[in-house]
Amino acid sequence: MSAYVALFKARLRMGLQYRAAALAGFGTQLFWGLIRLMIFDAFFRSSMTPQPITYQQTVDYLWLTQALLLILPMRLEGEIQQMIRTGAVAYELARPTDLYWFWFFRSWAGRTASILLRAGPLYLIAWLFFGLKAPPSWASAGAFLLSLFGASALGCALTTLMTISLLWTISGEGISRLLNILAYVFSGSVVPLPFYPPWAQRVLNFLPFGGLMDTPFRLYSGHIPPQACWAAIGQQFAWTVALILLGRWILARGLKRLVVQGG
Amino acid sequence: MPQIVVENLVKTFRVAERKAGTWGALKGLFHRRYRTVRALDGISFTMEAGELVGYIGPNGAGKSTTVKVLSGILIPDSGRCLVMGRIPWKERTAHVAEIGVVFGQRTQLWWDLPVIESFELLREIYRIPRREYLQTRDELVAMMRLEPLLDTPVRQLSLGQRMRCDLAAAFLHRPKLLFLDEPTIGLDAASKLAVRDYIKRLNRQGVSVILTTHDMDDIEALCRRILLINRGRILFDGALEALRAQVSRERQLVILLAHEETWVEDPDAQVLRRNGHHLTLRFDPARISAAELIARITARYEIRDLYVENPPIEEIVAQIYEEEAP
Amino acid sequence: MGLEDFAHRFLRRIALLGSMVGDGARLYGHYMALSIRAQMQYRASFIMLAVGHFISTGIEFLGIWALFARFGNLKGWTLPEVALFYGIVNVSFALAEGAMRGFDTFDSLIRSGDFDRLLLRPRSIALQMAGRELQLMRIGRFFQGLLVLGWGAATLGIPWTATRLAICFGAILGGAFVFAGLFVLQATLCFWTVESIEIVNTTTYGGVETAQFPLTIYRDWFRRFFTYIVPLAGVTYFPILAILGRHDPLGTSRLFQALAPLVGPLFFAVTLQIWRFGVRHYHSTGS
Repeated sequence: MSAYVALFKARLRMGLQYRAAALAGFGTQLFWGLIRLMIFDAFFRSSMTPQPITYQQTVDYLWLTQALLLILPMRLEGEIQQMIRTGAVAYELARPTDLYWFWFFRSWAGRTASILLRAGPLYLIAWLFFGLKAPPSWASAGAFLLSLFGASALGCALTTLMTISLLWTISGEGISRLLNILAYVFSGSVVPLPFYPPWAQRVLNFLPFGGLMDTPFRLYSGHIPPQACWAAIGQQFAWTVALILLGRWILARGLKRLVVQGG
Repeated sequence: MPQIVVENLVKTFRVAERKAGTWGALKGLFHRRYRTVRALDGISFTMEAGELVGYIGPNGAGKSTTVKVLSGILIPDSGRCLVMGRIPWKERTAHVAEIGVVFGQRTQLWWDLPVIESFELLREIYRIPRREYLQTRDELVAMMRLEPLLDTPVRQLSLGQRMRCDLAAAFLHRPKLLFLDEPTIGLDAASKLAVRDYIKRLNRQGVSVILTTHDMDDIEALCRRILLINRGRILFDGALEALRAQVSRERQLVILLAHEETWVEDPDAQVLRRNGHHLTLRFDPARISAAELIARITARYEIRDLYVENPPIEEIVAQIYEEEAP
Repeated sequence: MGLEDFAHRFLRRIALLGSMVGDGARLYGHYMALSIRAQMQYRASFIMLAVGHFISTGIEFLGIWALFARFGNLKGWTLPEVALFYGIVNVSFALAEGAMRGFDTFDSLIRSGDFDRLLLRPRSIALQMAGRELQLMRIGRFFQGLLVLGWGAATLGIPWTATRLAICFGAILGGAFVFAGLFVLQATLCFWTVESIEIVNTTTYGGVETAQFPLTIYRDWFRRFFTYIVPLAGVTYFPILAILGRHDPLGTSRLFQALAPLVGPLFFAVTLQIWRFGVRHYHSTGS
């Protein structure tokens, strides 16, 4: 466990060191948030029809998306990809520890650090200047935080799955890219899920990707009432477990294949 | 008119200081401290066309900085520099058309393409007339035995094969001056010999070569002139023998003993190293000639074999570095 | 001295310029041919990548569709009209993405030290950069944009006269130049800081995101930024007004709207100058 705390701190340090990149990342998300805000603002002004979520809830959703964008299994652990390409993955496989958990927790430690670095300032700025509001109740806030934890674990399970699929070179990249895109869209980052047509929402609410952003964000704004949080978090948890099991299974098969091919 | 004239080149860099620890990193977010590094501290030398110069020095001494300035990549802070009558960074295109550069650690060939395609692309880039290109290319392929490699993608080549291709590629446009930066690094013995042979042959054709290397065997085999740089300053500029003589006049006698336990000692020689049957004695030829020492040793001890050699360049160079240490 | 002399020198200069351009074009062509051949080697992979790119870039339009289904209109603009914006921007960007890959990956080039190699070759650096790779998979976004553009135009029933086609073509090319210029700016930033800068993606991808919608829906300062600084307005908003035959609240003339895409190449030229300045800086400071 101490190894992961150390990793977390290391990633935090690294994030702070590359200050230009940190500032740039912050600026980027701010910019994107503003663009999205303006687009939705224009939409809301264009129609009197009541919408599935209110304007304020949309604003909250949009800003939380920017602040917590790093939850998404977006960035393929470039290092692992590089390692596989150069063959250094042999060192990885020679580790005595359980490889899956090693990758999982390494990913989690690193990403949590990155998320915190990005989310903190963005949330603050958005709350101060750009219309982000605090949750309507303590219960909602609590539900949000719980589901956020669940979301980060879910995101990590997805990332690890993507990393594992890279053991299958070309097709692995395709799968990773696909997961990447699906996660991006179906989590609600492009358009908040409640805006999609009802028949689409039934599918989207079943898929794991909603649990990454849509679920916690709607708990935050109270769109999902705090009492209903257990069902939502339960779904996150179920998907996380399923993805972990799937990941472990694929990893086992992948390792066997690598060994057979002689690495 | 010398081919290369370097006068008082100075180049400093600003390097950001990174503080350790999380707190340091946080501070670093707001306030950055820089220190200046004097990579080149007023170096001067000249080089005539056709020379083969070895450029040696410890890491960070300023070797690659010098090469970058001479090849036109870097602009120095002050000083004069003329290569083939041009200021390298002022007339970049004209200048680089007449030089060739090989970096030992990086290839200039296109990774996914067969070697021959890289050559063709370089022909286009350097605007080499077709007939000249074919002639040069065939010459180089024969010289370096590249025939079987031509259709192989560069990524599939071994290090030695790749280096030979890189060396050929650097000469396709028949430059008058070659900069070779660690060309033998990581190569197996056979490849090293091939590379050295190639360099020698090119030099005999009149191509000037500046060879940057850590491998003293390269130096011994190829260079008659050495430029030694440390901390941005040229410490030595002259012939290899002069370098040896400057540091020490000692020579070494290496003996293969018949019996391991034999205790060897001599009033005019010091035991430098001992490893089982091998024994190395150090002596000053001014005090006792090699012939005399050999006679004495063979008379007193049972010897299976022996030879006289110069101390390895590393030791000499290390001694110079030590002398310059603050 | 006389007019004849002047004309003679002028023609010689043109010929020189022409041969330079021809010379550069030949090298560029060589690069392209190699790049295409290399990618076509992995045909299956290329098709998969292209299809994947088609889907990943196209999926955004589904989101826009959903929003229009909910809201009905966007400040007076309908979905097919927005489709024109979306389509043109995506086609432009696909062209730029495909051609400027060398600039897009410039940060890794600097970090690996391979940029020095470009400086050691007797050719224009920008040309070498542009020639690094022609990313064929961007054809996914290209077709996706074309599809949306086609759908929008068909739904609106636009009568495609020669003029309209020319304007559309001009808008697409102009847009490609603007995005290409943004890629150059993005790369130029790497001269000053080697850390990977995400913020530059704001201008490229953010630019795409923004210009997919008519610029009138945005706040004033935003609109001004994308009109005068990054001239996306000139390559989307104005020409589309001309194509639609719509009246511009800002009062510009049809001629102006039709010629607006010319800012594209102008912007690109400016960014190339900034790039040269960056190269100069690299010469002074190393990496």
